[in-house]
Amino acid sequence: MVEFALPKNSKISGGKTWPKPAGAAEVREFRVYRWNPDDGKNPSVDTYYVDTNDCGPMVLDGLIWIKNHIDPSLTFRRSCREGVCGSCAMNIDGQNTLACTRSMHDVKDGAVKINPLPHQPVVKDLVPDLTNFYAQYASIEPWLKTTSPTPQKEWRQSHEDREKLDGLYECILCACCSTSCPSYWWNSERYLGPAALLQANRWISDSRDEATGERLDDLEDPFRLYRCHTIMNCAKACPKGLNPAEAIAELKLKMVERQI
Amino acid sequence: MSTAETPKRSMRTPLGRVRNLGAAHSGTSDFWRQRITGVAMVVLMIPALVIIMTLHGSNQAGAKQILGSLPIAIIMVLFIVASAWHMKIGMQVVIEDYVHNEKLKLAAIMLNNFFSIAVALASIYAILQLSSGV
Repeated sequence: MVEFALPKNSKISGGKTWPKPAGAAEVREFRVYRWNPDDGKNPSVDTYYVDTNDCGPMVLDGLIWIKNHIDPSLTFRRSCREGVCGSCAMNIDGQNTLACTRSMHDVKDGAVKINPLPHQPVVKDLVPDLTNFYAQYASIEPWLKTTSPTPQKEWRQSHEDREKLDGLYECILCACCSTSCPSYWWNSERYLGPAALLQANRWISDSRDEATGERLDDLEDPFRLYRCHTIMNCAKACPKGLNPAEAIAELKLKMVERQI
Repeated sequence: MSTAETPKRSMRTPLGRVRNLGAAHSGTSDFWRQRITGVAMVVLMIPALVIIMTLHGSNQAGAKQILGSLPIAIIMVLFIVASAWHMKIGMQVVIEDYVHNEKLKLAAIMLNNFFSIAVALASIYAILQLSSGV
């Protein structure tokens, strides 16, 4: 059966409260999920106080400030710090989003609560193991597939056909959508999840691709595609403002279209 | 989230695990049928409710008089077929979502099929019997 409670060794125990920075005029409380694979202890939530006059406005700025000034052992992924790479996806104040584009001032009600992306194995602290997520992306074969002879220049596409990729090509594979989806939580081994399905629709919608039918064949499955129950958490979570649920609905429509 | 000690890990590659047994190449017909039966129920719900309210408090002769009318009997039978079919598909989805033990899942899906067919047949039999007044 589906597990509704956390496994014993994932139950969160009390954490450490780090001292407030000396001489700081304004501080913001951060409560951050900590787990170290090497110490054999359960996860905990540590409390930090960030000097907001000494760091940038985003949640990622706060985390970097903590790492630089308080606790160098705090572990998280980050790279571009401008919402392009998707590395710093985490659960902030109950919402999956990118730490680099979420302002800490937008988090109301006291502390900024930060957890790793939900329902994924944790590597350390805020770093989730996304191996399965990436394998699912690889399984949809995200590249142009053609049988016609390769043209001397490029594969051509009309402006109208190119527009069909808008709302799809912008996905940065941060995993905010898939890890916010309850259906993905229960069946992530078999359900491809909103991100991989949006990407699948990106290639299925590409006028230059000649493998549309095969791609649909590979998705036609009660679990791979039809575990989407239009819960819409994906659209709410997407930090790029995309709508994976709509992309999945388009896939289902194409499935019906080729049968009727 | 789970910080579980790694469960029994197979040495299969992540892509191999995702591809697993391949796509079933089915699911669309159930998806489509669920929509058809859903729309049918929306259409049939109001006449079915009106018929049930009219039947309320009437004796067998009264029921025969109402259900003996062919269009009314057809509406009721269609309503039963659409709802039982919709119930069967919906319940199967719930089972597949939440029951992960393969044997238990197969048994539950089987029972779900039996139950839905039994409910549908019993209801249709009741309507036919009442409409013929036997």
